[in-house]
Amino acid sequence: MSAPRKLPRWAELGLLPLVNLLAALILSGVVVKILGESPWAACKLMLAGSLGTQDGIGYTLYYATNFMFTGLAVAVAYHAGLFNIGGEGQAYIGGLGSGLVALWLGDRAPFAVVLPCAILGSASFGAAWAFIPAWLQARRGSHIVITTIMFNFIGAALMTYLLVNVLIKPGQQSPETREFGAGAFMPLASDVLAKVGITFAATPLNFAFVLALLAAVLVWVLVWRTRWGYAIRVAGQNQSAAVYAGISPPRIIVQAMLLSGALAGCLGLNELLGAQHRILIDCPGGAGFVGIAVALMGRNHPVGIFLAAVLFGALAQGGSQLSFDMPKINRDMVVVIQGLVILFCGALENMFRVPLAAMLSPFAKKQKPAA
Amino acid sequence: MALRYFPMTLPRSFRAIAALIGLSAGVRAAEFSPAIVYDMGGKFDRSFNQSAYNGAEKFKKDTGIAYREFEVTNAAQREQAFTQFARRGATIIVGTGFTQASAIEKVAKQFPNVKFAIIDAVVDLPNVLSINFREQESSFLCGMAAALVSKTGKIGFVGGMDIPLIRKFGLGYAEGAKYVNSSMEVFQNMTGTTPAAWNDPTKGAELAKSQFGRGADVVFHAAGGTGLGVMQAAKDAGLLSIGCDSNQNYIHPGSVLTSAVKRVDNAVYKVFTDAKNGTWKGGQIYLGLAEQGVDFALDENNRKLITPEIEAKLDAAKADIIAGKIKVTEYKAQ
Repeated sequence: MSAPRKLPRWAELGLLPLVNLLAALILSGVVVKILGESPWAACKLMLAGSLGTQDGIGYTLYYATNFMFTGLAVAVAYHAGLFNIGGEGQAYIGGLGSGLVALWLGDRAPFAVVLPCAILGSASFGAAWAFIPAWLQARRGSHIVITTIMFNFIGAALMTYLLVNVLIKPGQQSPETREFGAGAFMPLASDVLAKVGITFAATPLNFAFVLALLAAVLVWVLVWRTRWGYAIRVAGQNQSAAVYAGISPPRIIVQAMLLSGALAGCLGLNELLGAQHRILIDCPGGAGFVGIAVALMGRNHPVGIFLAAVLFGALAQGGSQLSFDMPKINRDMVVVIQGLVILFCGALENMFRVPLAAMLSPFAKKQKPAA
Repeated sequence: MALRYFPMTLPRSFRAIAALIGLSAGVRAAEFSPAIVYDMGGKFDRSFNQSAYNGAEKFKKDTGIAYREFEVTNAAQREQAFTQFARRGATIIVGTGFTQASAIEKVAKQFPNVKFAIIDAVVDLPNVLSINFREQESSFLCGMAAALVSKTGKIGFVGGMDIPLIRKFGLGYAEGAKYVNSSMEVFQNMTGTTPAAWNDPTKGAELAKSQFGRGADVVFHAAGGTGLGVMQAAKDAGLLSIGCDSNQNYIHPGSVLTSAVKRVDNAVYKVFTDAKNGTWKGGQIYLGLAEQGVDFALDENNRKLITPEIEAKLDAAKADIIAGKIKVTEYKAQ
């Protein structure tokens, strides 16, 4: 561990992120105060707007679904020692995959048939988009950070070309396809819950949320409970040791990136099949980049990623409520608050670690020192 | 039982809800409450969205009626914003930009008693007014102006994102230039393929410089915030630029030849006013030169650049377009 001083596990996983979050919120409060609004009222609005109403919860979890897919994508690559910044592009192209399936099958097949095909479509397109940078890294040593960033732009260019020239619904300005057939609509949470007699506000929260949870479980099993996952982690931490153990790092790089791209690609299931019901321009909307912060904050562990994704979902939803009700706090201010959270939880996490460890040391002494 | 608290809590919570949806004193049952949803560019893009903002501000100044607003940052927020405004008792909700079309279509069906208006797209519902501009007509005049002042016989166009709407500007501009001089060379560049292309002045400046390097001496932008970089590059090079959407002649007086003005402000103002007076009607309207929805801008900032001869030629062409003698092609997505 590179940490200056070791914290007890509960403090490392629970207390430290909480302290970081609190510090970010206090600083945001100061900015809100400077803008002439009450920080207390703003905080209440954000909380109530994101987690206090059915509407808010629905939108929060809907955003969280996107962030979980992209966060898991970053985490899988990270365990293999790769920094996948291409989540945005992989999600975009993955969206194309699920969207094409939905356009093709939506009118002529029931949802039960469309769903597996759409999952296959989004995962394979996302994986294919991650394959090229992965191959370049594995065989040519081209740095994955650079190539994945560049592939975001290539992906965007390709999608713009397709949407403006090929897939666009004729006779309209907006570069988007026609609406999918009803067979390709993800069941909405409000509709599903209505069937069992619970009324829930109409929000874009849909079945893809369950798929994201399943993906999190899948990642946990794959990375921590299989030989392949072990190979990934070994190759990620020490390539020489991996070679010595008979693991081929280039092969691991490609495999890990394929899984990473497939996970990012599944964003289309939530965004397109779940909410927009058409392929439209810039459908990931930055979720690929938020995924990096989510993975960092969630310590690259599925449970942590789930919690961080919900937090970022709440920030996105609460933030939009904030700018809705407090005109002085515009959308740029919301980005500042989100940025502060990332700064404190990601970049500055060691700032509070030392004082916290000092404060907790009387308790730590009673424990058996770690070997 | 909790029931006995009801008489006490109900009026209070009711008042809170009433205040929330803007009923405040509660004398009039349904107060007029307009709202506007800006698109990704943001309301201070000095261009399209800002023009809408100016219209809304003018309405507020003239009538004293406050309006509510929201700036969209991602696709899901569009529907959310319209639903929230509708739910909180907005009388009329304006959406700026074609990207809002699908959200308005969905929400307008759910709230048939709320009035909607969309700019730059068509939503075919009885409670939606679709306002479209014939940008190709003002672009045509700007292309003519550029060709008339160009000394090199080469002019440029910098678009924002490569979408049909922007191709419409580019096509009209090139036609206008060729109308003056059929051997005119028109360079066309798009800034990018992501929405970031609307707000990338650095790249706008680079594209303009590269067009100047190839010999262009006038460059027209239809690129939102990116255009500010285009105009700056023209000023730095001592050449000319043409503004877009809002009247941008004031940004660099003496370097901005003219602006292809799109009166989004008037459209927003008129929609709000009609809704207030009860004369609002759904349907589709198209605003071109004839309706004064689009025009080229002439003021004290560019008076010296547009000589009386040029002005006369532009006015003649304008009359011909209105009369239908000149047909400007409208770019249509296939």
